[in-house]
Amino acid sequence: MTDVFDDLTRQRSKEIIAQYPQSRSALLPLLHLVQSVEGFVSQGGIRFCADELELTTAEVSAVATFYTMYKRTPCGEHIVSVCTNTLCAVLGGDDIYQRLSDKLGVGHEETAGEPGTTGSITLEHAECLAACDLAPVLQVNYEFYDNQSVESAETLVDALQRGEKPHPTRGAPLTDFKTVELELAGIFPDLEHSVEGQSTAPETMRGAALASDRGWLAPAMPDSAPAFPELPEKK
Amino acid sequence: MPDQLTPVLTRRWQSPRSWSIGTYEELEGYQALRHALTAQPDQLIQLVKDSGLRGRGGAGFPTGMKWGFIPQGATGPGAKPKYLVINADEGEPGTCKDIPTMMADPHSLIEGCIITSFAIRANFCAIYIRGEALHPIRRVRNAVNEAYAMGYLGKDILGSGFDLDIVVHAGAGAYICGEETALLDSLEGRRGQPRLKPPFPATSGLYASPTVVNNVETIASVPAIVLGGSDWFREMGSEKSPGPKIYSVSGHVEKPGQYEAPLGITLRQLLELAGGMKGGVPLKFWTPGGSSTPLFTAEHLDVPLDFEGAAAAGSMLGTTAVQVFNETVSVPWAVMKWTEFYKHESCGKCTPCREGTYWLAQILERMVHGEGTPEDVETMLDICDNILGRAFCALGDGATSPITSAIKYFRQEFLDLCAAQPAAPVEPAGAMA
Repeated sequence: MTDVFDDLTRQRSKEIIAQYPQSRSALLPLLHLVQSVEGFVSQGGIRFCADELELTTAEVSAVATFYTMYKRTPCGEHIVSVCTNTLCAVLGGDDIYQRLSDKLGVGHEETAGEPGTTGSITLEHAECLAACDLAPVLQVNYEFYDNQSVESAETLVDALQRGEKPHPTRGAPLTDFKTVELELAGIFPDLEHSVEGQSTAPETMRGAALASDRGWLAPAMPDSAPAFPELPEKK
Repeated sequence: MPDQLTPVLTRRWQSPRSWSIGTYEELEGYQALRHALTAQPDQLIQLVKDSGLRGRGGAGFPTGMKWGFIPQGATGPGAKPKYLVINADEGEPGTCKDIPTMMADPHSLIEGCIITSFAIRANFCAIYIRGEALHPIRRVRNAVNEAYAMGYLGKDILGSGFDLDIVVHAGAGAYICGEETALLDSLEGRRGQPRLKPPFPATSGLYASPTVVNNVETIASVPAIVLGGSDWFREMGSEKSPGPKIYSVSGHVEKPGQYEAPLGITLRQLLELAGGMKGGVPLKFWTPGGSSTPLFTAEHLDVPLDFEGAAAAGSMLGTTAVQVFNETVSVPWAVMKWTEFYKHESCGKCTPCREGTYWLAQILERMVHGEGTPEDVETMLDICDNILGRAFCALGDGATSPITSAIKYFRQEFLDLCAAQPAAPVEPAGAMA
């Protein structure tokens, strides 16, 4: 048993498991939890999950290898995910990915710099990130940087490499990969503040704003909620 | 006739801190819950049936009917615990409505979850949000915390005797988990692979117990239906596709964004609202509801975008993810990119999808890189024919949609590409120049 996973991690693990009617449901969160400690899912991390949930390491490995977000090699301080699905790609996502790949000298799921050190970056091309009205998009540690260009993405990566943390377009102030993995495990050390971050882009509001401008409304609701329907007699 | 845009789900989005419980309650939040708790659960199911609400996750299944399938009663299957699971694994290419909803108005989802759980008599609800949607996860989790603090969650909610716990569960990057049975397997801590149906989740879902799986937008619609009633809801949309719907317009338009309109709006109207085609470059092709819905072209500008209208014109409404591409975009290239996506996301459980998407991607890559033959077009159609209806779940079917529809409308472009070869590889799009 590795002691990378300290008492605090074990205690968090217990809290996560307690949320579910059946313990195995906590496996995905626990894999996020071990990533928050080590920056990837190591063999030790797999053993930790297996022990906590009374599963075999084979069962845990089978799950860990299925999902894209569980990384099998140590990641950088930041993970930069560039959407290269069709719509983002046609608007420049492919070019952004290529430029960053050339600049960092790494390919998909490879890390520029010593993993875990300040300014180290793991690059990946991502599938649709569900921000198509803001294309092309990329994420740093799963925070959104919308309406990117090759130049803006390069500037962003330069700043990350210098150890700076430019604010995302939508999301909380940038932290690092390990910190967000803890949040994905369901442990929010500072939710009161992180929840505040910017969330609505002009694109998000376009329909609502246009409706306001033109005085368009949904049909008016009745003054008080209508009575519930009568139920048919039980046969 | 209602107005062109009818903000219901999006009506709070412009308010300051729209995601906080304070703003939500100032704007009628949790009034629907108080009203709903005075009903018999079956009356809520009947109300949603009467409203005609259909699932907003793509398939359009009648929501009230789905709730009605949950067995009830003190003995037999009805005696098992029942579960509500929210599918917030938004990942269908082009689809971007649930993430802004959860960011801007998470309490409408939470209030909908409480009312729905009360209706189906569930005491545990899981909201499965894709892992890449970190900020929505924070917002929803914060909303859950706020709802607990106000007594809207937990034991004996508002003195009704009804108990409910909600857990916010992050996924880990797998498009297939948007398929409801794969999502359930994933939520049980397994690889996200679809299950053989039947049995359906209504009788054998999470932990083999009766389970309703609904999309975010579906459940966020429920509080408004409780407050407005079914007749009000039906003032928008059509007889078989009632209500408002968030249309996500993206791509080569002047003003991409989220536009909430009655079901049945057309692309022509949406383009007007979105400021027209970007730079005036003409439309070439578009998806009505994500990449798994067959492509449309400029001849479909006036197709009513509701469940019946899209189907009658040979596609599907899907998630109303309207991706617009202008005439600079190469169709074979676009289809190649989508096919690479399906190949990557195929879970590997069934052979037609696993092998089919693998070979389709290779053929398209070869074609786009200057080595295709006219026979490849027929081979792709043959492979698609072997996937459609033979795959384990809808991912395989969806993978064939862009290919077969592209060949239907743009066969000559594929043939011209092959005829011109050997030649320089296709540039993705002149639009980037």
